[in-house]
Amino acid sequence: MVSTALSWTAGASASTSTPLGARDTYAGETPAVQDIRALLATIPDPEIPAISVVDLGIVRAVDDGRVVVTPTYSGCPATLFIEQSIRRALDEAGFVHVRIETTLSPPWTTDWISDEGREKLRAYGIAPPPLGAASASLRNDTHAQCPRCGSMNTAEISRFGSTPCKALWRCNACAEPFDRFKCH
Amino acid sequence: MPKVAPLTQYATRLGDDALILGQRLSEWCGHAPTIEVDLSLANLALDLIGQATHFLGVAGDADQLAFHRDALDFSNCLLVEQPNGDFAQTMARQFLFSTFQELYLQALASSKDERLAAIAAKGVKEVAYHRQLASDWVVRLGDGTDESKTRIEAGLDWMWRFVDELFEMDELEAKLAKERIGVDKSKLRAEWDRRVDAVLADATLARPASRRPVLGGRRGHHTEHLGHLLSQMQFLQRAYPGATW
Repeated sequence: MVSTALSWTAGASASTSTPLGARDTYAGETPAVQDIRALLATIPDPEIPAISVVDLGIVRAVDDGRVVVTPTYSGCPATLFIEQSIRRALDEAGFVHVRIETTLSPPWTTDWISDEGREKLRAYGIAPPPLGAASASLRNDTHAQCPRCGSMNTAEISRFGSTPCKALWRCNACAEPFDRFKCH
Repeated sequence: MPKVAPLTQYATRLGDDALILGQRLSEWCGHAPTIEVDLSLANLALDLIGQATHFLGVAGDADQLAFHRDALDFSNCLLVEQPNGDFAQTMARQFLFSTFQELYLQALASSKDERLAAIAAKGVKEVAYHRQLASDWVVRLGDGTDESKTRIEAGLDWMWRFVDELFEMDELEAKLAKERIGVDKSKLRAEWDRRVDAVLADATLARPASRRPVLGGRRGHHTEHLGHLLSQMQFLQRAYPGATW
């Protein structure tokens, strides 16, 4: 079993609303924290292995003693698997003392997906979500760009797709169906 | 019954609503009219069961509460345990509940209890999608063929008698609302009416006739449908307690 502590609000260091990029450096960070951060950047999301858990924006804080993660959706079935992957990677790298904490607040948003993550999604065939998830008007009305041919002539087939975070779209130009990361 | 702390009872009610509706929706898995609808309903179910896990986790051990209580100890509202019926009946139930749940969680996100607030703030983003999906289908069915219209009318007619219970306040919830831990649900009614009426108008549907409301879910008085649902949902853990995979 993975030992995780569920905390309900992220600490001050985790409440930042900016994505924590793999290559970001933070003043005063110890080498150990930088190592942990680099390690996390190699752990893929199990459902979309093209991007890492850091790209996805679910790593909310890292310090010498803990890694704080947040689930994408309340019922995301990958949550436990991700925690296990992080635990395994930490243990193998010798960070056996580092705890994994899960927090629900502030709730994850697609705005936390890194720029690098967005590019990786596109290259993988998934249209990245538009920025500005907080603004409801942007949610579903913006047209997705086809990740294959780049056309904006696209249409939604189903607002719910193969995973909670994706919708199913179709390109009218190249006739290919594609996944779109739901704005959330 | 042993004395249970008000917050525990309240979190159980919230969790039971989400759990029972999530289980109901999962019954569609592999049976929905199209693959897209199948995926959608499974996604809704997943969101709801996730929310239920969090709420029941505030009340105690979520698995224990989900799998080892009898119908009398469940405190979900009666609407969510109603049978799926045909697709229109399922959409009628979803439309009425999701419209309510979105308003409810929005208000609960300001709860003084930071656990409830966190679960609600996360859940409301998911429920906005549920409400949109169900509203779209109510319009599509209501403003569709004679057949689809008859069916959504029948679905709404079945579910309507359970609407008043959504907004029911008792001593427990009044106390928690006063402490700003819970929500005064009666204050959500006007906005719910406005939103529901707008969709019904779009769907060219009349509001169903008022009926004598059926209450009792919060006190464990359920319709016969809940027992059947539990017998399926709980079978494995009852037969093989503690089984994991």
